[in-house]
Amino acid sequence: MSPIEAPAGRLLLAPESFLDASFVETVAREGFNEERRSWMRRAFAAATATLAGATLAERALAASPAGDPDILTLPAWSTALGFPVAHRPYGMPAKSESNLQRRQSPGLTSVAQSSVAFTPLQGMFGMITATGLHFERHHQGWVEIDPVRHRLMVNGLVRQARVYTVDDLLRLPSVSRIHFIECGANTAMEWGNVAVPTVQYTHGMLSASEYTGVLLATLLDDCGVDRKRARCVLAEGADGSSLTRTIDIDRALDDVIVAYAANGEMLRPENGYPLRLVVPGVQGVSWVKWLRRIEVGDQRYATKDEALGYVDLLPDGTHRQYSSIQEAKSVITSPSGGQTLLATGHYNVTGLAWSGRGKVRRVDVSFDGGDNWQTARLESPILTKALTRFNLSWIWDGSPAILQSRVMDETGFVQPTYAQLRAARGTRSIYHNNAIQSWQVAASGEVSNVQVG
Amino acid sequence: MCRWASALLLLLALDASAARYVGVGRPATEAEVRAWDIDVRPDFSGLPAGEGSVSDGEMLWIAKCTSCHGDFGDASHVFPALVGNTTAEDIAGGRVAALRDPGRTRSMMMKLATLSTLWDYIHRAMPWDAPKSLRADEVYALTAYLLNLADIVPADFVLSNKNIATVQARMPNREGMTDEHGLWKVDGKSDTRNRACMQDCLEKEATVLSSLPEFAKGAHGELQKQHREYGAIRGTRTLPDAIAAVNPQDLLEANRCLSCHGMTDKIIGPGFAQIATKYQSRTDAIDYLKDRIRNGGRGVWGEVAMPAVPQISDADLDTITRWLGDGAPH
Repeated sequence: MSPIEAPAGRLLLAPESFLDASFVETVAREGFNEERRSWMRRAFAAATATLAGATLAERALAASPAGDPDILTLPAWSTALGFPVAHRPYGMPAKSESNLQRRQSPGLTSVAQSSVAFTPLQGMFGMITATGLHFERHHQGWVEIDPVRHRLMVNGLVRQARVYTVDDLLRLPSVSRIHFIECGANTAMEWGNVAVPTVQYTHGMLSASEYTGVLLATLLDDCGVDRKRARCVLAEGADGSSLTRTIDIDRALDDVIVAYAANGEMLRPENGYPLRLVVPGVQGVSWVKWLRRIEVGDQRYATKDEALGYVDLLPDGTHRQYSSIQEAKSVITSPSGGQTLLATGHYNVTGLAWSGRGKVRRVDVSFDGGDNWQTARLESPILTKALTRFNLSWIWDGSPAILQSRVMDETGFVQPTYAQLRAARGTRSIYHNNAIQSWQVAASGEVSNVQVG
Repeated sequence: MCRWASALLLLLALDASAARYVGVGRPATEAEVRAWDIDVRPDFSGLPAGEGSVSDGEMLWIAKCTSCHGDFGDASHVFPALVGNTTAEDIAGGRVAALRDPGRTRSMMMKLATLSTLWDYIHRAMPWDAPKSLRADEVYALTAYLLNLADIVPADFVLSNKNIATVQARMPNREGMTDEHGLWKVDGKSDTRNRACMQDCLEKEATVLSSLPEFAKGAHGELQKQHREYGAIRGTRTLPDAIAAVNPQDLLEANRCLSCHGMTDKIIGPGFAQIATKYQSRTDAIDYLKDRIRNGGRGVWGEVAMPAVPQISDADLDTITRWLGDGAPH
C-alpha cells in the first residue's frame, strides 16, 4: 500500500496569525470598509507568498528547529496525577469540544417552544448522533414526564382497547435497531435559493440513534387489531400540543417501534421520554414524542400537522397531503459551508447518505460541480433506513472547486439535482428537499454554500 | 376430541395474544377511552355535541387569542397569519386562487381543506399556554369567529355539530389537497429521475446561481465558534472581534429571553434592537436595564409585563446589558 503523495502546498494561516492587533482592533471598533477589506486581502497574499511551499508540519518545524515543543516539553497532563473515577458520574465531552452545540437558526421562528435546534453535523463522525446533540423540533415546548404516571393506550379498530404502563412495555419482547430521523422540513430554507451558511443549518434536522423498544405490531396484535378494516393508525403525544399524525397501516405493522430507549439509555426528555414512536424512513413529525395513544382507524385523520403544516405546495396551488417518506439524500459534512481550509494537501472528504426506502447502495462525489464523479467508500454496517457514512481522499491543490455528493439507494433511485427537483415541485414546497448540495471551495480556502446550474 | 375441549381451544385461539403476554397491560375502561380519544376526523366522527356563536367567539378571542394572533387573526408577529387572502370565488369553487401566487402570504385559512382539523387543533392544543382548557362550546365559538373573519359564515352564525358539515361545503380550499404522490407508501414512485452519470456529465461548466449575500454572512453568529478551533479545517470568521466575543444569541437563548423578544422586532415584548434604540441616549441605561431584567417591570412597552429573571448570573446580565448598550448588534 503506498501512502498518498501530498505535494508541498501553500499555507494559509488563520486570520489571527497575519493581521496585526491594531488592525483587528480598528475593524472591531469601526467595522470593515473597502480600504480595510483590500488591506486584508493584501495581507493574506503576503502571508501566502512568504510561506509558499511550506506545509503545516514544515511550518511548525521552521519555528522550532530542534523539534515540536509539544513533543520536547512534556505537557502538564503527562506529569501530574489525573482525576479519580466517577469524578463526573455522568460523562461530558472534553471542554475543547464545546463549540459543537445544537443551535437555532436566527429568524426562522419567533417562539422557542415551537422551533428547531439543529445538529452540528459539521463536526460529527460515524453513523450515530451523540444523544446530547440530537436535533430538536417541538410544537409546543418539551416536557419532562414522570414515567410512573405515563400510560400508553391503544384503541380504535381493535378487539380490546388496552392500557400499558412503561413497566409493561419493558416486559414485552424488545427490538434494537439503528435508524435515521429527518424532519420533513430539513433543507426547507434552500428551496428557492441559498439561505443559510453551514451544514448545521442546511441539513441539521437529521440524527440517527440505536432505538430500543417494542414493535408496534406486537402491541396491535396484543389488542387484536382488525386487519381487515384497519387502514392507518393515529399516534398522539402526551404533551400540551398532543401532536397527532396518521401513519399507514403497512408501516405500522412492519417496522414501527414504540421506543423507550436510544443509544443504550432511556430516551432524553427532548426526544420524547419515556416513549416515542420510531417510524423508519418517514419524516420526523410522525415519530410522535411523549407517545400516549395509538388509535387504529379506517380513514386518515387530517390533523393539524398533516393538513396545515407538512403539506407540500405545488406551483398550481395544490398541496400534497400525507407526504411522508424521506427519499434518498446525501451531504458532505466536511469540508462544508462556513469552514476555511487553512492549507493545501490531503483532506478526508466525509459525509452522510440515507434513504427512507431502504439501504444506501452507492455514493458518488464530484469536485467540479457535477461534471465528473468518483465513488466514495461506504463505512459499514450499511443498514436499512439508517445513516451511512462515506469517505473519500482528496488532495486540494489550492484551486477553486465545487464539492457535491450524490446517493443511489437500493431501489436504484438517484438523488436529484436542484433543477430536477424544482422542475417537479417548484420552489415553494418547503418539505422534502433532497437535492444534491454544493459547497464551493475558493482559492482562499473559504468554503461556502452555493447552488449551481 | 369432545365438544367442550374444542370450544376451549377455540377460546384460547381467539385470545392467544393475552396468553402470550400474561400479566402485561390491561383493558382500558370506557371512561379512560372517552377521556383521551379526543380526535375529530374529517367526517366529523369524534366531534362532541355543542354549539358556539360568532359573537361569543369574539369575546373569547379577545380574552385568550389576540396577544399571539392579533384582533382579527391576521397578525404574523408570533405565528403565521390565520386568516386572509381567501375570496368569495374561492368559497364557491373550493380552491384558493392566491395559493398560485408566490407573492401572497399563506394564511392558515388558505390551506385549510378540512374544518375538522381546525376544531380538533383548537380543542387539543389552544390556548398556547393553557392547552385543553377550552370547553367544547368555546371551541365551536372560536371556530365560528375565525370562519366569520374569513367571510365563510355570517356574523350572526351559530356553529354546532348539527350544521358543521354544511360549513365544510363552503371551505375555500376544500378541493386543494392531493395525495397523488409517491411519498405515502414506502414503495411509492418518485417524481424525480436523476441518473448516475460519472464522466463529462454537464453540457456546460457548472456556474454558481445562488450564494449567500455578503450582508447575511454574519447572520448565524460567529461561525468560527461553531467549529473545532484546531486542525486545518476551521470555522470561517464572520463577525468582528467585539461582537464575536459576546455571542449574545447563546446567552439570550440560555436565559429564555428569545421566547418573548425578537432580535430586532417585537414578539410579545419589544425586540432587542428596539430596546437598544429606546435607551441609547440614557446615561444610566445599563443599570436601568439590569434592574428591569433582574426584577421585571410593566407598563413601558405595553400591557404584557416583563417577568423578573432572578436566576440570571451577574456575568450574563452584564454581558447582555453591555450588548444592548452597544446597540444590540447581531
